[in-house]
Amino acid sequence: MAQIQGIDVSLGYEKRIVANNINFEINQGDYLYIVGENGSGKSTLMKCILGLEKAVGGSIKYGDGLRQKEIGYLPQQSNIQRDFPATVQEIVLSGCLNRLGWKPFFGKKEKEIAKEAMRKLEISDLAMRSYPELSGGQQQRVLLARALCATSKMLILDEPVTGLDPYAQEQLYAMIYKINKEEKITIIMVSHDMEAAKMYASHILHIGGEKCVFCTKQEFIKENGGCLF
Amino acid sequence: MSVLEMYVNYLSHSLVRNAIIVGVLIALCSSLLGTTIVLKRLSFIGDGLSHVAFGALAVAMCFSFTNNMLIVLPVTILVAIILMGSNDKSKVKGDAAIAVLSVGALAVGYLVLNLFPGKNSGNVAGDVCSSLFGSTSILTLGGEDVWICIVLSLVVIMFFVVLYHRIFAVTFDENFAAATGIKSKLYRYLLAIIIAVVIVLSMQLVGSLLISALIVFPVLSAERIVRSFFSVVIASAIIGSLCAFAGIMLSILWSTPIGATVVCVNIIVFILCILLGKIFGRK
Ligand SMILES: Nc1ncnc2c1ncn2[C@@H]1O[C@H](COP(=O)(O)OP(=O)(O)OP(=O)(O)O)[C@@H](O)[C@H]1O
Ligand SMILES: [Mg+2]
Repeated sequence: MAQIQGIDVSLGYEKRIVANNINFEINQGDYLYIVGENGSGKSTLMKCILGLEKAVGGSIKYGDGLRQKEIGYLPQQSNIQRDFPATVQEIVLSGCLNRLGWKPFFGKKEKEIAKEAMRKLEISDLAMRSYPELSGGQQQRVLLARALCATSKMLILDEPVTGLDPYAQEQLYAMIYKINKEEKITIIMVSHDMEAAKMYASHILHIGGEKCVFCTKQEFIKENGGCLF
Repeated sequence: MSVLEMYVNYLSHSLVRNAIIVGVLIALCSSLLGTTIVLKRLSFIGDGLSHVAFGALAVAMCFSFTNNMLIVLPVTILVAIILMGSNDKSKVKGDAAIAVLSVGALAVGYLVLNLFPGKNSGNVAGDVCSSLFGSTSILTLGGEDVWICIVLSLVVIMFFVVLYHRIFAVTFDENFAAATGIKSKLYRYLLAIIIAVVIVLSMQLVGSLLISALIVFPVLSAERIVRSFFSVVIASAIIGSLCAFAGIMLSILWSTPIGATVVCVNIIVFILCILLGKIFGRK
């Protein structure tokens, strides 16, 4: 079975429907790009998958040993305050919380996982630095490392490269791609960057009003010539 | 008589010792809680709640209950839960709601005290002043009050120690915490209850107008001099309790109001911390 299967999902808030009839299927190791205009409901779909919001219709099923709480998440613009006093290590470690169960404190195992995540994202030398003093790109990598701590199966990244300079964007894309390829961690990425989608994606889900398309990258390029709207 | 002798003399009274124990414990709890409250940008909730507690106290006083806490505590907890439960989307409205609530409670409380002065006190102005700015009642605490205070403080401290990592996660990024299966809502409500308890407790020390100072100042001071969350929590707890201790001692020495003195010590320490932070090259 697929890790996540969405059947006729509709998204909305209160009475207002945002998007309809979304069908998709995500298997282990996939790299799914979710594209669509501003306000089309991409972040909302992510929140439904994570259980932060409820879909108004249809169903989202989890399979292949994936549980909802085992998904790593990098929020869009989170409401994290810029000046929150915390070190990189504290933040990354907090990603391991879902592994704790009823234990109150982190043990060796969690610290090792956090260390490993920091190594993968090349922020080991920042471990003791304070988060507000980092650059935007560094902060994004810290949050990605935190998300990585929370999962060994799937990462959901909501516009992770927004606000980064092209070089930092490339770097982050490369790291995510490496995580996807080397550890077989499924990636779901929301993005407006079609160039990157054509380069890295295995599947593409286009959300927008009436027409929601789910297909592989090859089909997508063949049909639209890679042009989105 | 030297200052030292005077203190030795004072400290031989169990009432003074009680006051110091209770004062320091209250300050410790407020400053611990303050870390999440301030960092979550909820400082105004503490302020609003303290006014609500004042209103409830006023009502309780005019009914001449034997134990005012039986009214004040439940009311404050209820309001805290309502205020904290409202989600982020309605934050702007929530902001105004708190302002309305806190000023309203203040006005109603004052009015009630004037209309129905309690049987056991003829002095309205005195009552109002002591519940707003703290009274000397902390110097008359009996053994029972002290034990209640110690137990409640231990509960708050245990809450913090056992749930430390979860509190960090919820304070830093509630959405992420919720996505990884932490019951953010539950922690909100727990926090609300504990804030209410601490506020009602600290009314005895500094009065309702000054409570926010106990919650906010130690954290702000700590933030200037250290940078990890853990050290902010520890530093804030230390600063909070030391300031309370120093404040109580000074107020005994100068016979000044306890609440105001403790807050002033906090202000001075805050300024010192800003300077220290500047010298050692932090923002
Ligand atoms: N909490 C909310 N309550 C009510 N409506 C909301 C809420 N969050 C989002 N919306 C609405 O739902 C729609 C979809 O929002 P969403 O954030 O999912 O868009 P998006 O595709 O992620 O856009 P962007 O590209 O700007 O990130 C928008 O019209 C938005 O106004
Ligand atoms: Mg979005």
